Amino acid sequence: MAVPEYLDGEARGNLIRQVFAAMPHFQALGMELGKIADGKAEISMAYDERFIGDPETGVISGGAVSALMDTTSGAAVMCHPTGTMGTATLDLRIDYMRPATPGQRITAQAECYHVTRTVAFVRATATDDDTSRPVATATGTFTIQREEGGKK
Amino acid sequence: MSRSRPEPVQVIKQRRDAALTSLVDGVPYAKFLGIHFDRRGDELTAILPFDEKLIGNQMLPAIHGGVTAAFLEITAVIGLSWQMLWKDIESGDAGGDMALPRMPKTIDFTIDYLRSGLPRDAYARARVNRSGRRYASVHVEGWQDNRQRLFAQATGHFLMPQRDE
Repeated sequence: MAVPEYLDGEARGNLIRQVFAAMPHFQALGMELGKIADGKAEISMAYDERFIGDPETGVISGGAVSALMDTTSGAAVMCHPTGTMGTATLDLRIDYMRPATPGQRITAQAECYHVTRTVAFVRATATDDDTSRPVATATGTFTIQREEGGKK
Repeated sequence: MSRSRPEPVQVIKQRRDAALTSLVDGVPYAKFLGIHFDRRGDELTAILPFDEKLIGNQMLPAIHGGVTAAFLEITAVIGLSWQMLWKDIESGDAGGDMALPRMPKTIDFTIDYLRSGLPRDAYARARVNRSGRRYASVHVEGWQDNRQRLFAQATGHFLMPQRDE
C-alpha cells in the first residue's frame, strides 16, 4: 500500500479508496467504504452467515469484528493530514461490549487522534442498527511510513 | 489387582477427535478462514493455511492484520473450550453425539503485532493462564516458519459459560 506523502485532500482520499477496495481480504469480508477524510474513516460489513462465531445465537465472530476494526483504523491513519505512505498495526485492543444483533450490518468508525513522526494513535467504535449502544470499541497504535529524505 | 483395564487407544483417540471436530465445526468463521487444529494428546495447534483472500497488503504481500487477530482469537476460544471440556471428554461424557456446552464469550482481546504475516501458513497455540468459574485469561502465540520467531501474540479475557443454567 503506497500512497505518496505529498498527496492530500480529495486526491489522497480517492487513492486510499482504490487501495482499500483492491485488498483481497477487504473484498473477502464484503466491506464497504463510507466517509474517509482528515484522519477519520468509516467502513461497514453486511451480516453474513459465514462470519458467525457462535452458531447457537448466530452472532458474528469477534474475529470478523476485529478485522473490520483493524481495517477501519488503518484507513483513518492513511487519511490523516500528516500523510503516510503506508501503515501497519503495532497493537490493537478490542473491547466487546455486547453481541452484535444477528442480521444487522456492522459499521466501524475510526479516528486517528494523534500522530508522531513514526506512530499513529487510533480509537474506533463498532455499532449495529442501534447506534446508541456500541458493539465494540478498539484502541490501537499503527506505524507511520515516511519516505527516505522526504518531508519530516 | 482391582485396577480396571484402560480403554483401547483407538476408542480414546476417536472420542477426543470427535469432540475437537464438533467444537471447531461449531465456528463457521473458522471454516471461512480455513483454520483447522492439530491435536497431540491434549495439546492443540491451530493451523491457518495461506490463501490469497487473507492478504491485506498486496505490495509486500502480507496477511491482513484482521486475519491475524481473528486467527489468534479463534485459537484462544477453542483452546479455552477444549480445556473446559477435557474432563468430560476423558470420562466419556463428551465427544459423542452430545451437544457441546456454550462457548466462552470474548470480553477483550489485545493483539501485539511483532512482524508482518508472510504469505505462507501460520500456526498458533493458546495457553490458559487462569480459568475461574466466571472469567478466564488466555495468552496466544502465533508463528510461521520458526517457532521461536513469533509474528504476533495476544492476550484476551473471556466470560465463561455458566453450566446447568
